[in-house]
Amino acid sequence: MVPTNYYVILSAILFGLGVLAFVFKRNIITIFMAIELMLNAVNLAFVAFSQALGKADGEVFVLFVILVAAAEAAVGLGIIILTARNRRSLNVENVNLLKL
Amino acid sequence: MPILENLWIIPLLPLLGSAINGLFGAKWSKAIVNSVALGSTGVSFLCAVEAVREFLSGGSQPFRKEFFDWIVAGSFRAGFDLQLDQLTVVMLLVVTGVGFLIHIYSTGYMAHEEGYYRFFSYLNLFMFFMLILVLAANYVLLFVGWEGVGLCSYLLIGLYFLKKSAADAGKKAFIVNRIGDFGFMLGMFLLFRSFGSLDFQTVFAKAATWQPEAMGQFGTMTVACLLLFVGATGKSAQLPLYVWLPDAMEGPTPVSALIHAATMVTAGVYMVARSHVLFTHAPTAMYVVAIVGCATAFFAATIGLVQSDIKKVLAYSTVSQLGYMFLACGVGAFGAGVFHLMTHAFFKALLFLSAGSVIHAMGGEQDMWNMGGLSKKIKVTFVCMLFGTIAIAGFPPFAAFFSKDSILFAAYNSENGGKVLYGVGLLAAVLTSFYMFRLIRLTFYGEKRYDEHKVHVHESPGNMTWPLMILAFLSLTGGWFAAPALWGGKDYFSEFLSPVFGSGESAGAESASLEHILSGVAVAAAFAGLIVALRMYGKTVKRGTSEGVHKLLYNKYYVDELYAAAIVRPLVWLSTNVLWKVVDAGMIDGAVNGVADGAAAVGDTVRHTQSGNTRSYAVWVVVGAIVVLGIVFWPILHPALFGGVR
Repeated sequence: MVPTNYYVILSAILFGLGVLAFVFKRNIITIFMAIELMLNAVNLAFVAFSQALGKADGEVFVLFVILVAAAEAAVGLGIIILTARNRRSLNVENVNLLKL
Repeated sequence: MPILENLWIIPLLPLLGSAINGLFGAKWSKAIVNSVALGSTGVSFLCAVEAVREFLSGGSQPFRKEFFDWIVAGSFRAGFDLQLDQLTVVMLLVVTGVGFLIHIYSTGYMAHEEGYYRFFSYLNLFMFFMLILVLAANYVLLFVGWEGVGLCSYLLIGLYFLKKSAADAGKKAFIVNRIGDFGFMLGMFLLFRSFGSLDFQTVFAKAATWQPEAMGQFGTMTVACLLLFVGATGKSAQLPLYVWLPDAMEGPTPVSALIHAATMVTAGVYMVARSHVLFTHAPTAMYVVAIVGCATAFFAATIGLVQSDIKKVLAYSTVSQLGYMFLACGVGAFGAGVFHLMTHAFFKALLFLSAGSVIHAMGGEQDMWNMGGLSKKIKVTFVCMLFGTIAIAGFPPFAAFFSKDSILFAAYNSENGGKVLYGVGLLAAVLTSFYMFRLIRLTFYGEKRYDEHKVHVHESPGNMTWPLMILAFLSLTGGWFAAPALWGGKDYFSEFLSPVFGSGESAGAESASLEHILSGVAVAAAFAGLIVALRMYGKTVKRGTSEGVHKLLYNKYYVDELYAAAIVRPLVWLSTNVLWKVVDAGMIDGAVNGVADGAAAVGDTVRHTQSGNTRSYAVWVVVGAIVVLGIVFWPILHPALFGGVR
């Protein structure tokens, strides 16, 4: 059996990669995928702890996270499509109307 | 309903009239405003007469009733307590009676003026406060009336508030009175500290048990009396605070008659007379009162000699006559002072109202050099004014002959330089006679000095002349209470007041011949003034040239200029250069603006973190998360990070 530590460390690495990608990538699709990566890193940690502690709570949370992620994907992709149409670009540097 | 048990109704009626006219008068016709104003004061007068009748039929003990508590704090109590004694009776009848006559007169005088309802609302309000003042049974309530009449005086002087000189005169009256009121308040505090109460009965009963202070001694009683007298000099226009009264003539003439001659300005005399128990225990204060009164009587009379404005002459005359009243109080003849107060209310109200009638006839002209020869055109006014003039000059059997005579007699008999006080007072009487007959001469005799095509001289309507005639009658007969004293009988006036002031001041029989001599001298003095005036102002007169003494007098001894240089300008400089530019603009505005500027500067710096770049926000979130996690897990990480190395 794989120790829980491994899962958690993998989860932390995946989350860190997600953060790095979120911060440094410019393509909005990539950023979106980085968010998914972070969510799933968290999911992995939940499942690992759930199994280690022998409780179902973590798995229930995972289902909720997947649900929210699906809803987020629907809304987020809609926004991305509109942004792409209006600006002819997927670069987040160009999405800066709020900037002073 | 017995009025005496419900004394509050006497002041309340004018207050109601004032409120009704003030709230609704703007939309009403003059007839309704008139009936409200006249009705409230008229009924108030009748109530006062009825209350006096009930009081006099019940013996000579002061009537006193506590209506409700106003301020209660620890052992201190100031209530709405009214009292009626012989002194109050005199004041009450003068205030309501003369006040009512002047209300009637005003309906004629103010008929064509702006602010008709406002005028009557203020005038009624004045009556309310004046009645509170004279009926009050403690110093606190008296002070309410005292301040209230000051307020009404301010409002009425500045009735034509669009005219700058009127607005300024109102402010001057108010501010000069503040100085006096400051002294009055300090005096009240000292009385409370000494006697633990401000109730007349308590204070006077305790004060009477004190040892009278010696002449020249400045004990508690003397200081308290002097502070009260400072208040009186402000309200009653004595040296050195008299300067507001001549300027107060900017108000309508009925106001000058009611407030600045007959009633309000005598409040100081009333207050001193009311506090006679304190003053008789403080001979030093009495002496100061006598000297200030005597000096004012002379000083103001000299200024009155050369004024060209008919109302200004009467204003300085008022200041001078008030000086006589204080002279009487200062030499211990409180009864004589109050007697002169009453006769003065009659003849000075008469003189002012007559002057108002003259001004009305001349279409607003107040300069006597532009009048002349009016005696044939406005006969009623002329005769009434002549009555007032003879009365004030002190010819028998008119009112002031008796009252001024008893004052001069008391001054002559007083200790500590009484002869000097008498001499100066007599000189002031000569001057009084002179400036009054000068006024008559310039106004009513000689050739016409106005353009008959422009000014249509006309007699005033009946509602103005009737009050004049009634007052003329009172000016003639008002002094007769004291007349029997001349042929060895009783002075009914001072006998009437003796329950208040005690009977110690009545002169013995052996001094009757002295009194006759002094009366003769006083009449001779009045004649001297009369003859000089008639000789100097003959058929043809021209405006005097201003040089030497005349110039000094015409410019009122430059007292206003002196006050402006010594007090007003330094204060204005201090206010402008320190209080305004340093304290207000520098410190207060600086603090307020500094806080705002600081917030703006911080905001300006911090706003750069709001770049609008989504990913930079993400970086902040990550940094924040790391910091929070770092803090939370620090206790765990600490040994793990460093302990392991060791």
